[in-house]
Amino acid sequence: MVAPEKEVKQLDRVIIRFAGDSGDGMQLTGDRFTQETAAFGNDLVTLPNFPAEIRAPQGTLPGVSSFQVHFADHDILTAGDAPDVLVAMNPAALRANLGDLSKGATIIVDTHDFTARNLTKAGYTENPLDGDTLAEYALHTVDLTGMTIEAVKEFGLSRKDASRAKNMFALGLLSWMYGRPTETTNAFLAKRFAKVPDIRDANIAAFKAGWNFGETTEAFVVRYEIKPAKMAPGNYRNITGNLALSYGLIAGGVQSGLSVFLGSYPITPASDILHELSKHKGFGVTTFQAEDEIAGVGAAIGASFAGQLGVTTTSGPGVALKSEAIGLAVMTELPLVVVDVQRGGPSTGLPTKTEQADLMQAMFGRNGEAPVPIVAPQSPGDCFAAAVEAVRIAVTYRTPVMLLSDGYLANGSEPWRIPGLDELPAIDPDFATEKNQGSGDDAEFWPYLRDEATLARPWAIPGTPGLEHRIGGLEKGDGHGNISYDPANHDFMVRTRQAKVDRIASSLPPLEVDDPTGDAKVLVLGWGSTYGPIGAGVRRVRKAGYHVAQAHLRHLNPFPNDLGEVLKRYDKVLVPEMNLGQLSLLLRAKYLVDVVGYNEVRGLPLKAAVLADVIGGLVAEAEGIDIDLTPASIQQESHDD
Amino acid sequence: MTDLGLPALRSGTESVPTTDEKQTGKDFTSDQEVRWCPGCGDYAVLKAVQSFLPDLGLRRENIVFVSGIGCSSRFPYYLDTYGMHSIHGRAPTIATGIATAREDLSVWVVTGDGDALSIGGNHLIHTLRRNVNMTILLFNNRIYGLTKGQYSPTSETGKVTKSTPMGSLDHPFNPVSLALGAEASFVARTIDSDRKHLTSVLAAAAAHRGTSLVEIYQNCPIFNDGAFDAIKSPDTKADAIIPLVHGEPVLFGAQLEDGRGAKALVRDEETGGVKVVATADVPAEDILVHDAHNPDPTMAFAISRLTDAGYLNTSPIGIFRQVQRPTYDDAAREQVATASTVPGNDDAADRSARLAALIGGGDTWTIL
Repeated sequence: MVAPEKEVKQLDRVIIRFAGDSGDGMQLTGDRFTQETAAFGNDLVTLPNFPAEIRAPQGTLPGVSSFQVHFADHDILTAGDAPDVLVAMNPAALRANLGDLSKGATIIVDTHDFTARNLTKAGYTENPLDGDTLAEYALHTVDLTGMTIEAVKEFGLSRKDASRAKNMFALGLLSWMYGRPTETTNAFLAKRFAKVPDIRDANIAAFKAGWNFGETTEAFVVRYEIKPAKMAPGNYRNITGNLALSYGLIAGGVQSGLSVFLGSYPITPASDILHELSKHKGFGVTTFQAEDEIAGVGAAIGASFAGQLGVTTTSGPGVALKSEAIGLAVMTELPLVVVDVQRGGPSTGLPTKTEQADLMQAMFGRNGEAPVPIVAPQSPGDCFAAAVEAVRIAVTYRTPVMLLSDGYLANGSEPWRIPGLDELPAIDPDFATEKNQGSGDDAEFWPYLRDEATLARPWAIPGTPGLEHRIGGLEKGDGHGNISYDPANHDFMVRTRQAKVDRIASSLPPLEVDDPTGDAKVLVLGWGSTYGPIGAGVRRVRKAGYHVAQAHLRHLNPFPNDLGEVLKRYDKVLVPEMNLGQLSLLLRAKYLVDVVGYNEVRGLPLKAAVLADVIGGLVAEAEGIDIDLTPASIQQESHDD
Repeated sequence: MTDLGLPALRSGTESVPTTDEKQTGKDFTSDQEVRWCPGCGDYAVLKAVQSFLPDLGLRRENIVFVSGIGCSSRFPYYLDTYGMHSIHGRAPTIATGIATAREDLSVWVVTGDGDALSIGGNHLIHTLRRNVNMTILLFNNRIYGLTKGQYSPTSETGKVTKSTPMGSLDHPFNPVSLALGAEASFVARTIDSDRKHLTSVLAAAAAHRGTSLVEIYQNCPIFNDGAFDAIKSPDTKADAIIPLVHGEPVLFGAQLEDGRGAKALVRDEETGGVKVVATADVPAEDILVHDAHNPDPTMAFAISRLTDAGYLNTSPIGIFRQVQRPTYDDAAREQVATASTVPGNDDAADRSARLAALIGGGDTWTIL
């Protein structure tokens, strides 16, 4: 209920960032706010951001963990460039995030932690809450911790345990401000802390107290309303990329009738896929936590040889270790799905930050001519369909497939329209059961006789009588598959393996190009998680009255058959990437098109506003006009990112 | 076949389909020309394996040989079973996937001292600790053959090779000690040229449910010829081979008048290990009786230490340890089976409906 004296303002979109120490429960707070928002029916996109250290020194800048959620009454594509609201649980959280805020943004700080010691730890020489350094923002100083302790005192918790519920107080306050439904959070807390009634009750009480504080205090005079978004009909749930990808692998198993075998070694940010799949053994899923990355892929290859669906999940450093084994899967032509949840590199790099700099590794990171198909999801929910597609290609073409997700997709979330199973492709393992060469008593099984359409070889699994055969990493003679050192045969086999991968393109739909009027001279082409920011940047340019086309690649190898023709239709092609131009390099090499790269490797998603400027500049150049993208020239006041 | 006095345990090949058809070594011989150097010990092992496999009575299509890289790793090409010649050191990982995926397969790994103990050392110890149901044949010739003669992790210190003209510096691994340290459930050592012993060990290894590690001393006539002469020469082998037979006192050397060997193993009170003494000098009850089934691997380890780290003059031969403990693959399949039979999951054919329920679960909402 809203107190009558509070004003209610209508907004079409809001970006909120919860920030605190990595022990403050900010990821949980953000996740709960997201679930409430999903239940309310807004469109949303989230951006968790946390340190690689499990518990960096308390109160320091490296220990700051944050969760950003962007929600709107219309469809949005990114987690937003600049937060409208920052909730800062300590001085370090304020300092680490202040630079990202736009002027006029709302800041809510927990004053309790603004002690001299914490200010020093965060690098403040003066308390920023005292002077006028925050004058350009709408600052709310609230003793969140103090009020939380007061609210939960009836449960007899220690002061430390009581103060830990402060994140729920903050969540309650924000839930009130934005009119979020509270049922899901109450139900969640009741379930999560079912075994510790004191903690459960304290968290629920803190959550309620936060809500009531908003309603009664004079410090907050305005509530905001963001109406539910109009979205395509269907059943929805909020989902992260790693969860969607896990479900996609299970779906690939169900659709192919194969048991999924995951061989994996824990690595950030891919481990959650191992955790998730290990919960679903009821689908015939085996999860093998191996002694290292190589054993993970080795066991997956073994399982594929034995007739299961071998999968291995990792991040860039793990792919490096698996390279030789992936080459073996190329040579033995066995189905294998290699999931690379990309993170900042090289070497250990930025384990918890996003990047898309493993494209070249996926494409060429093996000895010899070892082509591997590459599939990339474009949003968290899309990880489901991309995983199913990777399974389809791996099984149909008897080949390892790289599935290139990234840290942003893995941990970010969005509402996902739950697909019907009839929307999924049927996948046929088509195991070999008969000898395929010669006849009568002389009949033999040749493991490298190929299907004429797909060039796939027969998959004959142990236990099939009469089809006993040996495969391995040594070059095969065409057809019979015995070891061959013949020069002409090697040349032929190298070309044939390449041709098989190239042929996958004929099973792909034409590239979808979004060019509403057909007047665009500039095409923006991307892949992977840049889909959202690119789409948002394109919208801004179009809203300002200019023409620009957008296309996004699901398949990086092989490219869709019509890609070259699409590229040649446009005067300028912009390729934004979170690397130094890896897709650009491939496009230039293959199509001799002088694409323009926009490249950032900051460990964060690209920003829509920045991309809009870059696109605008290119449109100006291509069309010989002046471009004005300032808000005044934009028809709507706010951007539909 | 030698009776090794083993109790009836759950067999390693229990779940593998058998055949009543008469099989011969020829049925297991592929059409590929064998290409090892003349005189290579691998020939003898291949022949022994080919003639042993029919004894198992298993369907040929349910046998899989996996190898890594090295001379011995060509082995699968010469056997008419399913097989994979994989990459250097990784055969145990691939075999783990195969064995876990399929209970109905008899899985064998063929590897060498470089493949298993150098580049693949990590996989070997982890496979042994997990106890995945497979038999690993570790051909130990104490040299790198395929790369033409560099020292290996089992070469004696000071070995002069192409890569160590002033002598190798590394202390070698004792593969049996390593396997016992990794708590392997079956560890044996045999010799390429002793067909009878080799075959008896293969039979015991195949019958064992879990990872069976069989070290096979194998002569490389090109790069390390004569490494095992002491245990092969009729003149010296009685003193060189310490035969291990479960339940028998450990005696070797020239025969005494009473038929016992002149040398015996006894506990060494000083070191806590075992030592060689003259049989005549000790009471019969002090002589060590080999117990391969002892759950504690300490004594087996102590015996393994009697292997020369340098040029081989003495070595225990036989089954050091054979104990039963749960296998990884059985337990992994058990978890899948359990999860597949909980209420609601009991209809394996209806995975589609359960998939729809899974992806449609959680907090959902409907837009009309």
